[in-house]
Amino acid sequence: MRDIFLQGGLVVDPATKREANGDVLVREGKIAEGKPAKDALVLKVEGLVVTPGLIDPHVHLREPGQSAKETIASGTAAAVAGGFTSVIAMPNTSPVADGPNTIAWMRQRAKETGVANVFATGTISMGQKGEQLAPIGSLRQAGVVAITDDGHCVQNAELMRRALEYARMFDLPVLDHCEDKFLSAGGVMNEGKWSRILGLPAWPSIAEEVIVARNVLLSELTGARVVCQHMSSAGSIRILREARARGVPIDGEASPHHLSLTDDLVEGYDTSFKMNPPLRTRADVEEVKRGVADGTIRFLATDHAPHCTYEKEVEFDEAPFGVVGLETALGIYLTELVHSGMLSLRDMVVKMSTFPSEYFGLGRGSLAVGAVGDVTVIDPERKWTVRKAEFASRGRNTPFEGRELRGRAVLTLVDGQIRHDLDGRASSS
Amino acid sequence: MSVTWQRKDLLSLRELSAEEIGKVLSTATVFKEILGRPIKKVPALQGRTVVNLFVEPSTRTRISFELAAVRLSADVVSLDKESSSIRKGETLKDTARNLEALQAGTIVIRHRSAGAAHFLAERLKASVINAGDGSHEHPTQGLLDAFTIQERMGKIAGVRVLIVGDIVHSRVARSNLWALTKLGAKVKLVGPSTLLPKEFAELGAEVSHDLEGALEEADVINLLRIQHERQVHSRVPSIGEYAALFGLTTERFRRCKPGVLLMHPGPIHRGVEIASELADGANSVILDQVTNGLAVRMAVLYLVSGGRGIGGET
Repeated sequence: MRDIFLQGGLVVDPATKREANGDVLVREGKIAEGKPAKDALVLKVEGLVVTPGLIDPHVHLREPGQSAKETIASGTAAAVAGGFTSVIAMPNTSPVADGPNTIAWMRQRAKETGVANVFATGTISMGQKGEQLAPIGSLRQAGVVAITDDGHCVQNAELMRRALEYARMFDLPVLDHCEDKFLSAGGVMNEGKWSRILGLPAWPSIAEEVIVARNVLLSELTGARVVCQHMSSAGSIRILREARARGVPIDGEASPHHLSLTDDLVEGYDTSFKMNPPLRTRADVEEVKRGVADGTIRFLATDHAPHCTYEKEVEFDEAPFGVVGLETALGIYLTELVHSGMLSLRDMVVKMSTFPSEYFGLGRGSLAVGAVGDVTVIDPERKWTVRKAEFASRGRNTPFEGRELRGRAVLTLVDGQIRHDLDGRASSS
Repeated sequence: MSVTWQRKDLLSLRELSAEEIGKVLSTATVFKEILGRPIKKVPALQGRTVVNLFVEPSTRTRISFELAAVRLSADVVSLDKESSSIRKGETLKDTARNLEALQAGTIVIRHRSAGAAHFLAERLKASVINAGDGSHEHPTQGLLDAFTIQERMGKIAGVRVLIVGDIVHSRVARSNLWALTKLGAKVKLVGPSTLLPKEFAELGAEVSHDLEGALEEADVINLLRIQHERQVHSRVPSIGEYAALFGLTTERFRRCKPGVLLMHPGPIHRGVEIASELADGANSVILDQVTNGLAVRMAVLYLVSGGRGIGGET
């Protein structure tokens, strides 16, 4: 295996407190020091940013069971194209990942067909039904890094309490899609002026906030680590901010769409703007961004949720929720947070690599000597236009089609292997 | 009217200008006159096929559209959920494409999902007329209500209209709101707080939960049906309590102006939204609405077909 020598980039690695121009050497799949071998592949990355591989804690790879939407192969191809070297896969596959066999199958499949690291999650309850605990201990032994019932938020607070108490034994994080199903009542877009105009069933912010508040209380009671996924409302951020100030071990996750898009985009009934939770108002968007900037929200995820085009090409209320995000997230985060001056590049790398690795115990997110050779090279200034036809993902359901973004991953190394090379540097050098 | 009709479709009244709404109403006036003649049929849409695709059941609106198309000499086919392949799992897109392949020139759609008419209009060359899409809009109802007010009051600008009922689920309320406010009427929405959320105040209407207090000033009262089939159970305790608070009883009617117009899009629930005597009384224009609906739907079918040359209209 030839050495890979990334020469002359701006190295941003919060784990080693490095933020300076320099080189990164990758040898035998690991970060190394010293001089590259004579036959090394030297890649000049001047003007580019070299970071530990990005980690997305919230993706839907759809395999097993829904490979028309996405596969581990296509989903991880999308990941590396977007600069992600690791993804945490949600358990709402078919069958549902509520037992160790499914986890073992998935991990094996990822080893055989994946081009990025895939970390599994298991469910909280059997069949994501919210009635009976899944075998959380066995799931953990099978290698899950967290448990979650994904879109099927556990409605029964007693079951959620027991799940947290139980997960606490293993210090296993619990991820929650915060939705009180009685309050969301079958809604398909944000409750507000636009739902009144469009006559679509409304999914109010309060349905998220009630569960965020519940999770704060249960996290505090049990000491379990909880992540509120894809936070969409200003009220949720406020609750999280207050809880974190008190030292409650609760966290929040942002998604690219909830910090850049608003509910008026639903005006044309385009199902590319249908996701769960729904797009909210400008005030919510601004508060999500503020939450990211002030440290309330420590994860920047995607909630990559591919669907077949024909599944989305139906009446708005009939269409499945979800949008893809792996190939656009970095561009959105750079554009909305970093270039806008709200977040430093370093802090973005903390949220997209250093911290998720540490939180989930992934053993990555660092360019220290001896670390795994997961590296992302970013051109923070690259202007590009989102074209869904060019996606590596099978999903074409993006709300960002045609959008001009600033910043893109140009090179992605996973375990020291080049998995994405936008400009063909490796072949031309 | 100097304005010419440019639209392929009629999807919502929110997107129409006051001039476009005026164009429909003036065209409908011509058709209403034709409907008063012994021979009620004109050859305007001869050779054109109109398909009524009623995925959600409706009798009154479907018959009105059917008759309107027949009066214009179009060939008319009506499909409902049972007689179309939608029941066999065919998507709306495929159903519509099949209708277009059969060279339907105009598709009139009634559907339970908001946005269904937009969905078709974006995908088809055929003209699409929204005959009610979920809780979104029912443009021809809004137009016929405006037509009826204009006919009876001689104007719309400055007229005070109360719309009473389950506003949040009502496509009729929305279409009325847009048409009437664009034409200068003062619209007040009245209903229980659970069926009339505050955001409606941002749409150009006044919002009130006090029917009695609103009656005296009203020139027109449009009473909407409480929709049993939608999820009302968590929003009002009972139909009886609704009627007690928001029904137009004969006693409440005494507070109204003598010439007040009482409207209802039907089907009415006697004794719930409106006292039976009032529905049949001198102030009721409920059946005029039905008759005017025919003229308005003829006008809309005619205009979206690019029609010309009826009664000197262009």
